[in-house]
Amino acid sequence: MSSENMTLNLKIWRQKNAKTEGTFVDYKVDHVSPDMSFLEMIDVLNEKLVAKGEDPIAFDHDCREGICGMCSMMIDGKAHGGFKNTTTCQVHMRLYKDGDTIVIEPFRAQAFPIVKDLAVDRGAIDKVMMAGGYVTANTGNAPDGNAILIPKPIADEAMDAAACIGCGACVASCPNGSGMLFMGAKISQLALLPQGQPESPKRALNMVQTHDTLGFGNCTNHAECEATCPKGISIEHIARMNREYLKAAFTYHEKKRSEGGA
Amino acid sequence: MSFNLDSKIPAGDLSQKWDKHKFDSKLINPANKRKFHIIVVGTGLAGGSAAATLAELGYNVSAFCIQDTPRRAHSIAAQGGINAAKNYPNDGDSVKRLFYDTIKGGDYRAREANVYRLAQVSNNIIDQMVSQGVPFAREYGGYLDNRSFGGAQVSRTFYARGQTGQQLLLGAYSGMMKMVAKGKIKMYNRREMMDLVVVKGKARGIIVRNLITGELERYAADAVLLCTGGYGNVFYLSTNAKASNASAAWRCHKRGAGFANPCFTQIHPTCIPVHGDYQSKLTLMSESLRNDGRVWVPKKQGDNRKPEDIPDEERDYYLERVYPSFGNLAPRDVSSRQAKFRCDEGLGVGPTKQAVYLDFRDAIKRDGLETIAGRYGNLFEMYERITGDNPYKTPMMIYPAVHYTMGGLWVDYNLMSTVPGLHVLGEANFSDHGANRLGASALMQGLADGYFVIPNTLGHYLASTPLEKITTEASEFKDAEEAVRIQTNKLLGIKGKRTVDDIHRSLGHFMWNEVGMSRNEAGLKKAIDGIRKLKEEFWNNVNVPGGTGDFNIELHKATRVADFLELGELMALDALERNESCGGHFREEYQTADNEAKRDDENFAHAAVWEYTGPNSSPIRHKEELKFENVQLATRSYK
Repeated sequence: MSSENMTLNLKIWRQKNAKTEGTFVDYKVDHVSPDMSFLEMIDVLNEKLVAKGEDPIAFDHDCREGICGMCSMMIDGKAHGGFKNTTTCQVHMRLYKDGDTIVIEPFRAQAFPIVKDLAVDRGAIDKVMMAGGYVTANTGNAPDGNAILIPKPIADEAMDAAACIGCGACVASCPNGSGMLFMGAKISQLALLPQGQPESPKRALNMVQTHDTLGFGNCTNHAECEATCPKGISIEHIARMNREYLKAAFTYHEKKRSEGGA
Repeated sequence: MSFNLDSKIPAGDLSQKWDKHKFDSKLINPANKRKFHIIVVGTGLAGGSAAATLAELGYNVSAFCIQDTPRRAHSIAAQGGINAAKNYPNDGDSVKRLFYDTIKGGDYRAREANVYRLAQVSNNIIDQMVSQGVPFAREYGGYLDNRSFGGAQVSRTFYARGQTGQQLLLGAYSGMMKMVAKGKIKMYNRREMMDLVVVKGKARGIIVRNLITGELERYAADAVLLCTGGYGNVFYLSTNAKASNASAAWRCHKRGAGFANPCFTQIHPTCIPVHGDYQSKLTLMSESLRNDGRVWVPKKQGDNRKPEDIPDEERDYYLERVYPSFGNLAPRDVSSRQAKFRCDEGLGVGPTKQAVYLDFRDAIKRDGLETIAGRYGNLFEMYERITGDNPYKTPMMIYPAVHYTMGGLWVDYNLMSTVPGLHVLGEANFSDHGANRLGASALMQGLADGYFVIPNTLGHYLASTPLEKITTEASEFKDAEEAVRIQTNKLLGIKGKRTVDDIHRSLGHFMWNEVGMSRNEAGLKKAIDGIRKLKEEFWNNVNVPGGTGDFNIELHKATRVADFLELGELMALDALERNESCGGHFREEYQTADNEAKRDDENFAHAAVWEYTGPNSSPIRHKEELKFENVQLATRSYK
C-alpha cells in the first residue's frame, strides 16, 4: 500500500540534444500523493527545478488520458512502466511506495533518436505509414457506409488492430528494436477489412521494405511488444502480416502500363 | 464599423443553399490547382481532412503540427461517437431533424444555413470514413451500429468502441500520409504557429517556431487554413490535451480576425473530479455512458454511507426527475448545471463534495455484466486506473469540467474570417454549435469543414482573388518574425519568481470561479480586474529558464499563457456584455423560476464579434444578427 505522502528517489536520464552524451541524474521528490499520475509527479519536480532556475526535464506528453501515444519513457527498464494496458500518463503513483527508487529513461531504439532528455523522435513511424498504411479512398468516392457489409467479428478484430496509438513502446521493448507490432497492426487491420483488399499485397511489401530501411530490426518472437503494448495488441497481427507479406512476395507483380488514350 | 460581417449565406430555400452555392462557385481546372500553395495549421480532424482532400484535388499543401506526428492531435481523445442523419435505425431521423436538434441544442445562437449544411454532409462523412477503413462498430449482420447521445431522441451516433475520435483521426491521418508520400503535402512536425503574416490585406503566410531547434521559420502561401482547435485550456484544468492552446487563433485575432462569442464554453457533465493542487488535466468519461448510467446524489445532506448502501428511495435521480422526457440524456449544459446545483445545495459526494454519482447498477442487472463491459469496458478500465475504484461494483463519481469552446474566430459561410484568405475550420471557428454543442457533433463538424466544405469554398476564393507572387523576404514576414523574437527575448529576460504553470493556475481559478458554469456581473468584473493584474504580474514576475536555441518546454508554455491571459479577459468581457443566459452561458441574473437559462432573443439573437484594437485600447463589439427563417425561436425544453 502506498502512503498519503511519499518521498521517491528518481534516476532520470538527462541529455541536452541528439549530438551530446547523456547521463543519469539523481532527484528526490517529496509530497508525492498516491492519486498523482506519473507525469504529474514529474511536473512537480519540474516546477521545483524551474523555481531554482534549472532546466526542467523535457518529456513528451499531450492528452494525458492514454490515447494520443505521445508519452513514452522507460520506467524501471519497461516501456510505460510495464503495467498492463497502461500508458505512462495513466500510471498512477499509488502503484509505488514511499522510498522507492525509480529509473526513468527515454525509449531506446535505433529508429528513435533522442531529441532531449526523455523525448525521442518517432518520425520513422510516419514513414512506415506513408509506405502504405492507408486505403486510397479519395474524398468524394465513397459508396453508402452500409453498402460494405462487414461481419461483426471481423470488424471487432480489425478494431483490435486499429487501436494502436503509435507510441512506439513495442519498438522500445523489443531486443531487436523491431517495429513489426505497430506495422503488423495496420497491415492486419486493412487486410481484415474489405476496403483494404485492393492494395493489400502492395501494402505489405512496401511497408515491410520501408520498415527495414529505417533502422528497425526484425521480429524474432520475443513477444515483449505484446506484453508492454498499452493497447494490448496481439502478436497475432504480426503473424497475419507475415502471411500477407509471403502471399504478396509469391504472387504480386505490378506491370507498368501506359495510361494514355485518345 | 471596420468589420465586414457579411455572412455570405446564399439565397434560396434552406435545403437548396449548399447545392446552389457550390454551383455558383468558381472552379479551378486541375492543371491550375497545382499552381496554388495552401498552408494548413493544425492536423486534427479539420486540418487533416482538409490537407488530404486539398492535396488530392491537386493543390500544394504545407501542413503544420505541434506534436511529433499528426496522428496525435487532440481530436483523438473524443470517445463516444460521431452523429449523422443516416436514419439506419429507422427511428425518424432526417437531415432536417439533425439540423433542428443542433440549432435547438445550441440554444438558437448558431446560423441556420451553416447548421443545415453540416447536417447534409454528415452522411457523406460516414461513407468517407468507412471507405478509408475506419472500423466502426457493426451489428451481427454486418451493418453499421448506432447509439444515442444527449439532446436527441433518435440513435444517430456512429462509434468505434470508446475510441471514435482516434479512429476517425487515424483515417484522416492515413489520407494525409498517402498524400505526403506523393509529395503533395509537405509535413512540418513539432512546429508552433507564432504569427499570421498579412500582405496587402490578405493572409499570405505564417511564422512558426521549430520547437526542437527553437528557430523561427517563415512560410508563404496563397491562403492559410487555421485548424488549431479550441481554447479550453485557458481554464488551466480542462479535458483538452496539454499542448492545446489558443495562440494561433489569438495571433490571427490580433492581425484582424474577429473573435466571435468567446464566452461560449462547454462544460462537460461527466468528468473525473479534481483531486489535488498538482492536478494537470481532467479526464472526460464519455457521454455515451449516460445511455446506461443513472446520475444521482443522496437526498440527505452529509449522507456518508457507501453509495451501494443507500437505498433507492433515499437517492435523487435528479436528471430523471427534472427532465422526464430526456432523463439522463439531457444536453451537456443542462446536465452540468444540474450537477452544480446539487453540489451547491450541499448534496455533493466524495472527499471534496464536488461530485455526483453515475451508477451502472441497474444497467448491469438488466443487461448483464458482459453486455455493459462490451459497451464501456475500456472506459471503466480507464476510470479504475485513474481513481482506483471499480465502476462495476461502485458508482463512478463525476463532475463537470471544461471541455469544448463553441466560440472562436468568426467565419462566413465559406469559412473565411474577416482577414481575406484566412480560413478557419473545426473547433477553432465559431460557426455551427451556437451556445452549446451537442455530443458527437464536434467530430462531425471538423470533418464536414475539412472534407466537404473547404475544398469547395477555397477554390472559389483562389479563383476570384488576384494574388500577386510573394516570397518570405517581403518586409511583412521580416517584421512579423522580428516581433516574435522581441516577445521571446522579453519573456526570457524577466527571470522572476513565479513559474508559468503557477500563473496559469491562477488564471484558471478566475476563469472557473467567475467565467465558468455560472456567471454574474460582479464576478465577471472581478475576473476582468484580476486577470489584468495577473497579466501585469506575468510580464514582470514570470520565470522562464533557458534560451531560444533548443527544446525549451517552459518557453513554449509561456507564449501560450501570455495569449491565454489576453483571451481570458475578453471571455469575461463577452460574458459581461451578453445580458442573457443561453446554452453554456448562464448568467445568474437571467434565469427562469426553475433555474433554466432565460434567453433574450430581442436583444441578443446575434453573434458578438470582437475586434482587436491594440494592446492599450478596448476591443470593439460588433454584431452579426442571426436570422431564423426555418425554425421557430422557442424556449428550449428537455422536460
